[in-house]
Amino acid sequence: MGSDLGNSPMGNLSKRERWLLKGGRVVDPVNGRDGAFDLLIDGDRIGRVDRDLLVEGGVSVVEVPAGLVICPGLIDMHVHLREPGQEHKETVATGTAAAVAGGFTAVACMPNTIPVNDNAGVTRFILNKAAEASLARVYPIGAVSRGQQGEQLADIAELKEAGCVAVTDDGRPVATALLMRRALEYTSMYDMPVIDHCEEQTLKGDGVAHEGFHASALGLRGIPAEAESIMALRDIALAELTRGALHIAHMSARQTLDAVRWGKSRGASVTCEVTPHHFVLTDAMLGAPTAYDTNVKMNPPLREAADRDAMLAGLADGSVDVIATDHAPHHYDEKRVEFDHAPFGITGLETAVSLCFDRLVHTGVVSLSRLIELLSVNPARVLRVSGGSLSEGAPADISILAPDMTVTVSAAAMRSKSRNTPFDGWTLRGGVAATIVGGRSVYVDKNAMLGHCG
Amino acid sequence: MKKDLLSINDLTRDDIYLILDTAEAMREVGERPIKKVPTLRGRTIVNLFYEPSTRTRTSFEIAEKRLSADTLNIAVATSSVLKGETLVDTALNIEAMAPDMIVLRHASSGAGHLLSRICRSRIINAGDGMHEHPTQALLDAFTIREHKKRLDGLKVAIVGDLLHSRVLRSNVLLLTTLGACVWVSGPATLVPRGLDQLGIRVTTSVDEAVVDADVIMMLRIQQERMQGAYFPSIREYFTTFGMTRERVARAKPDVIIMHPGPMNRGVEIASDVADGPYSVILQQVANGVAVRMAVLYLLAGEPEVAD
Repeated sequence: MGSDLGNSPMGNLSKRERWLLKGGRVVDPVNGRDGAFDLLIDGDRIGRVDRDLLVEGGVSVVEVPAGLVICPGLIDMHVHLREPGQEHKETVATGTAAAVAGGFTAVACMPNTIPVNDNAGVTRFILNKAAEASLARVYPIGAVSRGQQGEQLADIAELKEAGCVAVTDDGRPVATALLMRRALEYTSMYDMPVIDHCEEQTLKGDGVAHEGFHASALGLRGIPAEAESIMALRDIALAELTRGALHIAHMSARQTLDAVRWGKSRGASVTCEVTPHHFVLTDAMLGAPTAYDTNVKMNPPLREAADRDAMLAGLADGSVDVIATDHAPHHYDEKRVEFDHAPFGITGLETAVSLCFDRLVHTGVVSLSRLIELLSVNPARVLRVSGGSLSEGAPADISILAPDMTVTVSAAAMRSKSRNTPFDGWTLRGGVAATIVGGRSVYVDKNAMLGHCG
Repeated sequence: MKKDLLSINDLTRDDIYLILDTAEAMREVGERPIKKVPTLRGRTIVNLFYEPSTRTRTSFEIAEKRLSADTLNIAVATSSVLKGETLVDTALNIEAMAPDMIVLRHASSGAGHLLSRICRSRIINAGDGMHEHPTQALLDAFTIREHKKRLDGLKVAIVGDLLHSRVLRSNVLLLTTLGACVWVSGPATLVPRGLDQLGIRVTTSVDEAVVDADVIMMLRIQQERMQGAYFPSIREYFTTFGMTRERVARAKPDVIIMHPGPMNRGVEIASDVADGPYSVILQQVANGVAVRMAVLYLLAGEPEVAD
């Protein structure tokens, strides 16, 4: 893979004014399209989408090999870019490079930077860094509370004005029901969702892994599934009370999914996401193939097979709205310690698409069109941002996916600054051929665009 | 045998019997006027202890010295673990001086596995967090076999803090591998989830657990557990789970009582039980040296493993 555009079929696209993607399968659920369409990119916008568009003068043509999928740009709404403050793990530049290599045209980044993104200064800093990098779009997410301390609301209107699309105290869940109530009420004035990392702190205690057989056998302190579901139930009830918009982040437990279904059935404004690792892996990874591998330590933890299967069922039946990666880069030194002392989290941007194809589409769990809803349409809706469709006139944020590409995951070859993935060495079917942001091709896999997949 | 001894799962049934049989021969060394054999002469063994330990460290050190190994003790204060040098860096520094074996005691489960992946030296787990303490289980099995002549088919009741005990985990794996029928008992707040999946019987009734038992093994209750609200008081713990003469009377007449130490008299065990005729607690300590000699000898005696 590579983004050297020199001899690629999309070689100098960034200089072109108008160009036509010809061939390939266009999947655009919002506009009800799924089939062979041509797509005209006009500057930074989508010009036209139709069957067999005529090639006009001054329009460059890119032949998209048969078998590739052209879809609205993927949006990862749960990413840790680590800048400012932890640039040894990731920067906005390396994180967005990883994003576009992973097929994402936009990411929403979590506020647990140093300092915390609880004020317009930090938000603007992140947006400036994103503009400098000029790869994926970056949507900052502000803190719910000042310093993520769970005491006072952050200046949410100011955050919104500066460019934040949502608020969360991700990783430091809002402990009191009262503050969560206030956050939901307050954000409802600005039509911003509150993103909820559900974790009841006293039940979580100093747990490091899912409380179940594997943690018990390995002598690891457990985090019960109920630590997550209890807070989800509380906050869904508060969403109903306040009419605020609640988004449950990275669900891991089947009880939490049931809670979300219950909330939706009552008409609460609640949506939810699941990560690839929670629908692929289980807590059996704690013991094998590598016992105590700190790259399977994440929060929420990998749960049991029944939970993993529940996530697959929720993805299939529509209960799950979004797939997000919870991309959480950590320096290798930080992970090369005792399991108890290692930080929680794994990278996700560069493995998500392959895992989704391999474990969801090729296995028949979801259709391709449903996958695009999960990765593009719905995150755009939840965050109230543009994107999620290939409508004429919309920003030309487009992902070109290669469902049959054989990908061998290589942590060492990743664009992310960090290497903490449990998927290193996995061979998966499905990958990314190209990523176009605002009409500029920001990532191209030459082989895939030349039709050499596999 | 594998390169390292991190868990009882690293041992086959045959490995376990080999260790126990070798320990019989090693015990004889300790009965000689000159308690030393040249078996590990020229080998360097580092005892790297991140947790305070008197019994286990002394036992390993005596075992090493009786085998003529060159031994070195490194005690790292627990408080400095997080701010100081990482475990990996400490281990790599020790590795640079080319020891043959590292005996590791650490407060975090899986610490030995981490060293095992980066060290050429053989790693012996002398207790890792809440995970395992394999040489303790081996010496327990040795002691049981000494008294009962077998392990297969015995009823062994293990009583106490099941959640935090590495002694429990190693013993369950070893005893079930050798065919013993294992019952465990402790307050519901101290029973780890899914424990029954290890092929043992779990009950919160200590009276049920000890009925007709051949062996009763007590686990230490750490008094600081009360702060975690695991049980209301020492007094209530002793009345519901403490090993008293009345409870011992429910077991077989020739029952033996074991404890890995250090004991809390009047908490998990009554003094008259600890000092009673069925107590083999000090024999466990004596046997620990022979069993650790066997483990050291068998691991060191293997041909070098190329990495």
